[in-house]
Amino acid sequence: MTENIFYVLGAIAIGSALLCVLQRSPLAAAMWLVVTMLSLAGMFLILGAPFIAAIQVLVYAGAIMVLFLFVIMLLNLGHPSSDLRGRASWVVTLVGVGAMASVLLGLAAYGPERLAREITGTSDFPPSVVFAAGEGARRAVEAQGVVGGIAGPLFEAYLVPFEVTSILLLAAIVGAVVLAKRRV
Amino acid sequence: MLLGPALAISAILFSIGVAGVLLRRNAIVLFMCIELMLNAVNLTFVALAQFHGVGGQLMVFFVMTVAAAEAAVGLAIILGVFRHTKSVDLKTNTLLQG
Repeated sequence: MTENIFYVLGAIAIGSALLCVLQRSPLAAAMWLVVTMLSLAGMFLILGAPFIAAIQVLVYAGAIMVLFLFVIMLLNLGHPSSDLRGRASWVVTLVGVGAMASVLLGLAAYGPERLAREITGTSDFPPSVVFAAGEGARRAVEAQGVVGGIAGPLFEAYLVPFEVTSILLLAAIVGAVVLAKRRV
Repeated sequence: MLLGPALAISAILFSIGVAGVLLRRNAIVLFMCIELMLNAVNLTFVALAQFHGVGGQLMVFFVMTVAAAEAAVGLAIILGVFRHTKSVDLKTNTLLQG
């Protein structure tokens, strides 16, 4: 049942991503991208990451897409004409992206057993032994709740990256204000 | 444990994003395609976090922060370019071509 929902959400994500790329109007493309992000949030939920699913809806589908819509409406682009590149570009894209996709789709063959086998180099260990960390994280979530299971490692093992992120955000705020204010 | 399907969907979404960056000339849509690629990578991180522990989910957290910062600065740059050339079409923005 859960697997079927996952496949449906995946199909919605892929379909709306295609529509996002092919829509002529940037506004319609942005709306289809929101659909992609919401279905990705559902997939995160099924993959056992409810906190990430919530942030996906709040930050991506909420904040970042509102920023995009603000800029699109601020620019007042009028009636959009087609902005697709020429035929040579299409050929290069289809060949290049097709080659890349055929390599990446090989990942679909991976399951827990194969992943464990390739990490350890032998087939002696079952996935439950190799991936004890994942099981430990699930138990931590059960004991401390969804937010507690994430916040513990975030403020202990990952404290330095977290603080660096705050400096990055400060730099982005100052940079965006300076860029948008100055008459270029 | 959905690992293979999640990685396959992520691969397809990433490829669509790359194709969009290569095919479109509208700078805003190009930015959206970059966000799409970041989202595809996030899906990979979450799928593998089922096995590796909570580190993968935290990496998604950091990717989202960087994406937000990148979108804010990038869109400010697009606004500046639009003021200069009255267009977001990359064909008309050839100032750096020499």
